[in-house]
Amino acid sequence: MTDIHLSRYQSVQHGYDEVFTKGGEPRAHWRTLLDHLGRDMPDTMRQRVDAVERRVFQNGVTYNVYADPKGTQRAWQLDVLPFILPASEWSEIEAAVRQRATLLNKILIDLYGPQQVLADGLLPPALVHGHSSFLRPCHGIKHVDNIALHLIAVDLARSPDGRWWAVSDRTQAPSGAGYALENRSVIAQAFPDLLRELKIRPIHGFFDALRDSLMHWGRHCAARNDGELITDDQRNEAPPLIVLLTPGQYNETYYEQTYLARHLGFPLVEGGDLTVRNGIVWLKTLSGPQRVHVILRRVDDEFCDPLELRSDSALGVAGLTDAARRGNVIVANGLGSNLLETGALLGYLPALCRNLLGESLRMPSVATWWCGEPAALKAVIEDIDRLIIKSAFPQSGQEPIFGGDLDATARKILIQQIRAQPHHFFAQETVRFSHAPIWRDALQKQQQTHQHTQQQTHHETPQPTAQQAGLDAATVGLRVFACATPKGYVVMPGAMTRVAAGPDTRVITMQRGGASKDTWVQSTGRAQPQNLEFPHTSVHELVRGDTHLSSRMADNMFWLGRTTERCDNRARLLRTALDFLLNTSAEFRGSEWSTVQGLCQWFGLLSETDDVTGELSDAEIELELRMTVVATEGNGLAANLQQLYRIASNLRERLSLDNWRMLNQILQQNNDDLLPSLADAVALLDRTAGMLMTLSGFALDGMTRDNGWRFMLIGRRLERLQFLCTVLQHGMGMPVHSGLEWILQLADSIVTYRSRYMAQPEWHPLLDLLVMDDSNPRSVRFQLIGLVKYLDRLALVHGPCGGERMHVLLDELQALNVERDLHCGSIALTALLSKLSNATVVLSDQLGLQFFSQTGAVNLNSFTRA
Amino acid sequence: MTTLPSSTSTGTNTDIRYRVRHETTYDYRRNVTLSQQILHMTPRSFDHQTVVSHQLAIEPNPPDWSTHADYFGNASKSFTLASPHRRLLIRSDSIIELHRRPNATVTANSLPWESQRYQLANPLDNNLLAEVAFLYDSPHVECSTALRDYALPLFSHGRPLLDACMALTEHIFNDFEFDPEATTISTPLTEVLEGRRGVCQDFAHLMIGCLRSLGLSCRYVSGYILTTPPPGEERLIGADASHAWVSVYCNGLGWIDYDPTNRCLVQNEHVTVGWGRDYGDVSPIRGLVLGGGGQKLKVAVTMEPIT
Repeated sequence: MTDIHLSRYQSVQHGYDEVFTKGGEPRAHWRTLLDHLGRDMPDTMRQRVDAVERRVFQNGVTYNVYADPKGTQRAWQLDVLPFILPASEWSEIEAAVRQRATLLNKILIDLYGPQQVLADGLLPPALVHGHSSFLRPCHGIKHVDNIALHLIAVDLARSPDGRWWAVSDRTQAPSGAGYALENRSVIAQAFPDLLRELKIRPIHGFFDALRDSLMHWGRHCAARNDGELITDDQRNEAPPLIVLLTPGQYNETYYEQTYLARHLGFPLVEGGDLTVRNGIVWLKTLSGPQRVHVILRRVDDEFCDPLELRSDSALGVAGLTDAARRGNVIVANGLGSNLLETGALLGYLPALCRNLLGESLRMPSVATWWCGEPAALKAVIEDIDRLIIKSAFPQSGQEPIFGGDLDATARKILIQQIRAQPHHFFAQETVRFSHAPIWRDALQKQQQTHQHTQQQTHHETPQPTAQQAGLDAATVGLRVFACATPKGYVVMPGAMTRVAAGPDTRVITMQRGGASKDTWVQSTGRAQPQNLEFPHTSVHELVRGDTHLSSRMADNMFWLGRTTERCDNRARLLRTALDFLLNTSAEFRGSEWSTVQGLCQWFGLLSETDDVTGELSDAEIELELRMTVVATEGNGLAANLQQLYRIASNLRERLSLDNWRMLNQILQQNNDDLLPSLADAVALLDRTAGMLMTLSGFALDGMTRDNGWRFMLIGRRLERLQFLCTVLQHGMGMPVHSGLEWILQLADSIVTYRSRYMAQPEWHPLLDLLVMDDSNPRSVRFQLIGLVKYLDRLALVHGPCGGERMHVLLDELQALNVERDLHCGSIALTALLSKLSNATVVLSDQLGLQFFSQTGAVNLNSFTRA
Repeated sequence: MTTLPSSTSTGTNTDIRYRVRHETTYDYRRNVTLSQQILHMTPRSFDHQTVVSHQLAIEPNPPDWSTHADYFGNASKSFTLASPHRRLLIRSDSIIELHRRPNATVTANSLPWESQRYQLANPLDNNLLAEVAFLYDSPHVECSTALRDYALPLFSHGRPLLDACMALTEHIFNDFEFDPEATTISTPLTEVLEGRRGVCQDFAHLMIGCLRSLGLSCRYVSGYILTTPPPGEERLIGADASHAWVSVYCNGLGWIDYDPTNRCLVQNEHVTVGWGRDYGDVSPIRGLVLGGGGQKLKVAVTMEPIT
C-alpha cells in the first residue's frame, strides 16, 4: 500500500467512499490501481500529472465560462486518476440508463403527440401546459421510428448505502460525451498498461453507433420528400449529409463540439451556414447548396428557429420547424425535448415506467416533490429546511435554493412565493454524493495554469514536495450517455465523471469550477467487439474532397492563410528593426534604418512622425517596438496572433491536433503582459517566426488538398505578395548604394542569396531572386504562379473568380527583361509592383463578394397593432 | 381597434353574413432576397361561425405553400419567396356567417367563479384537459399577484363567473385609455397595468392575465370587429384594423367572449380568425426577410354586412 499517496486521503465521515470499505479495506476493483501507485517511483506520479496537464493544454481542451471577466476560456480540468467501476455494477447502471432513455423518449413522443399520459393521469397537465419549454409548434412532428431522443445523458450520484440514483436527465443537447472521449485519450497515455490489465472497455464504439445510426435515419430521410418516397431515378446516391449545429465559439462547450464534429466526421455549422427553402434544409457551400438530412444540434430548442420559435434568436435556422414537420430533416434531439429536463418530472417516472414499458423503474431518482400537488406542497413547506427548492420551469431562471441555508425571513418569503405559484416549484432531497480520490496538486496546479498559462512550459512553478502531493477526497457524480440505434438504445461503456470543486459541494457544475475524471468500466471477460449490424458506407457513398465546405468555413480558411502570413511578416519586420537597434550603432544606421522605420510605420508597428512631434529618438523607437511585440491591441504582433487564434478557433474541427498544439504554443509564449527587454524581444520574435514556419509546414504536409486548403493558400500567397511588393517599393526608394541585406532578411532569402553569390547583396541579383525566380517560395513570381493555379482550380467549379487578372499580371512579370528592367529605379518594375499591390486588394474583395458574403441582415416583420 | 358597439349587447336572433377583406402591404426600401412568412389569416369555422368562403392572395405569388393545423386548431400557412421583390402584398378575402352566441340573459346564470376554478384545478375529474391548456403563463402573459389583486375586488365570494367577467370587462374599459403610442408588442403586462394605457392586444392580454392569475382558463382571440361610420357618413373602405379580445371558459356554456376594448359581451359583430394563449400564437403575419433595408407597413381591413 502506498502510504505516501494516501496519507492525505481523509476518510469522510458521511457518504459512500468509492475506494475503501467502512472497514478501511480497499475495494477489489481499486486494488490494482492502488498497488500500481504504490510501486511508483516518487516522481512517476508527478510526471504523469505533468503529462496530462501538458496534453490537455496543448490539445487546447477548454471550457468557456460565461461569467469569467478575464477572457472566457478555461483549461479543461482533468484529474489524473480515473474513476473505476466493476463489470457487475456497470451492467446494472447500463440497464437502468437504457431503460430510462427508452422511457423518456416514449414520454416525449407522447407529449408532442396524443398526450395519453395526461389523459391517464400519469403526469399533471400543469407540468406540460405551464412549461415554457413545451413548444406548441413542435407538437405533431413525426419522428422516424418514433425516436426523438437520439443522444441523452443521465447524471447519477451514489447514495451512502452504495446505490446509484438518477439526479437529472439531459434530454435536449447533452454535453460531455466528447469530453469523455478526450479524457480517455489523455488518461490512456498516463496508464497504458493499467487499461489492459484491468480490462477496461473502450468507448469509441459508442460514437460509431451514434454516427451509424444517424446515417441510417439520414438515408431514410434522404429517400423522402415531404413524406413521399422519392422515385429511384430522382434519387441522389450520395451519402446523407449530417451536420453538427453549434451556437458558436462562445458557447461553454464549443471545444467539445469541434472535437465531436472532427471525431464523427460531421461538418460543424452555425445557423447562418444553413438555410431552408420550401421545407428543405440546405448547407450553403462553395459548390452551391447541399441538402442536409440530419442535424445533430447543440443549439437549445427555442433558439433553433427564429421564424417559428424565438424570433430574437440569431443562432438558429429560419424555417427549421417546418422542415422537421414535413419530415425533410431529422433534428437530433427533436425540437422541444428540453421539456423533459425539468426535475419536477422525476417523481412521476416510476408510474410512467410501469405504464408505458410494463416494468418497474430500475434506478430510483432522487426523491422529488412537485409543489403543484396540494399534498406535496404541504409536505415541502413542513420539511423545507431539509430540501432543495428548484424551479420546475426554466422561464423563471431561478437558482436552486437550499432550504436549510435560509434565515427566518428568507424562508418566509420563499414559502410565500411557492404558495403563490405552487406549480412553478419542486423540491428535492439534498443529494449526498459519494467521494473518490483526486490528485490534490493536480487540481491546484491546473488552477494556476489557468491564471499564468504562459509560464507553463518552463515549469517555473516550484516542484511540490512529497508531503504536498497526495490524494484528497472529492465529491463525484457520473454523467452517463445513451444513444438511439435502430436496435434500441446503447449506453457508452464509460462516462464523464464530474468532480465538485471543493470537498463539501452539494452541486457539481463545470461552470463553477468543477473538474472531471476519465471513467473506467471493466469488462466481464474477453473484450466484446460491438457489432451493430446495419449498413455502413457503400461504394457510391465514397467521398473525395470537401463537397460540404461552407462559405463561412472558406472565409475562415482564407483568413487563416492571410493572418498566419501576416503574423510572420510582422514578426520578421519587427525583428529586422530591433536588429538594427541591437547590432548597428547609431552612426552606421543610414538610409536603410530610416526605410525600415518607414516600413514599420506603413504597417502600423510604429507611430507616424510629423513636424509637430519631430523625430523620435532611438530609445523611444526601441520602447515602442518592444511594446508592439507584446501589444494585444491595434497592429501589435500579439494582437495579430490572437486574431489568428480566433480564426483558427472557428476552424477547430478542420485543424489537426498538431496544428492546434503549435498554435497554443505560439499564443502562450506571446501572452506575457510584461514588456520584454530588447534581447528578449528579439529572441521571442525568432521563436515566433520558427513556430509559424512549423505551422506552415503542417499546412503543406499534413492537410488534404481540397478547396478549403486552396482558400488558405490563396490567403497566404496574397498576403505575402502584398508584403513583398510593399517592401520592394520602399527599398527601391533608398539611395543607390544602400545596404540590402535587410530586404533579404525580411524575405527570408538571405541564405539562398549568400549560397549563390557569396558577396554583398546587390540590386540586380536581389531582384532576380525576389521577383523573377520561380523556385524561390518568397518571390513575387512564385506567389503569382500559386495564385493563378489555385484560382484556376476554383474557377473549374465556380466560374471566374479573379484568376484572369492574375494571369495578365503574371504575363507582364514574365515579359520583364532581366537585363533592362531588374534594377533599382526601373520604371517598368515599379509600375508592376504597384499594379500587383492594387490587384491583391481587388482580389481579396472579389473573393469576399463571390464566396463569403452569402448572409445579410435578417429583419423581423413590422407588427400590426390596433 | 376601438369603437363603440353599434348595437346593444343583447344581439339579434338571426345569422348575419359579413364580407371581410384584410390587406397587408410591406413596401421595402431595397430588394428583399428571401422572405419567409407564417400566416394566421384564415378564419376558422366553429360553433359560432361558419366560413362560407375564403381566399388568400399573395403577391409575388409564392411557388410553394405549406399548411397545417396548429396546436390550437387554427390554419397556419407558411410560404417562402426566394426571388427579389420590393413589395409584399397579402390579401385575405372571406365571407363569414355568424351564428347566435349566448346573450346577456343566458350568461346571467353561471356557476360561482370559485367553483370554476376548482374544476379547472382538477381537470381529469371534470374532463377539462383541453381547457387547462389556457390556464397558465404564456410568453406575452405572465401571471402575477398584481394582476390578481387588480381583478380580485370584482371577484367577490360566490359571484357568478360570467357576471364577474363582464364587470372586469367594464372595469378595464373604464380604467384604461386607448393609446397606440403608449405601448409596443413587447411592453410587459406589468407596465401596461401601471401605465393604464394601450391598445386592444394589451387590454386582451391584461384581462387574460387577470383571469389566469385567479385560476381561470382564458384564451386570446384574433379577428375583426364591425365599426359604425359616424351618422350620415359612408363606411370607409379599409379604415378598420384587425382586432383582439378574450374568451373565458365557463362550465356548461363553453367559451364566452368578452371585448374589453369595447366594453361588451361578444355577440354578432366580431369575426374570429383564430385563438391561442396570447398574441404570439396567432399573430396574423410572422416572418423574416433578408435584405429590404427599411420597411413600410400598411394594413387595411374592411368588414361589411352582406344584406
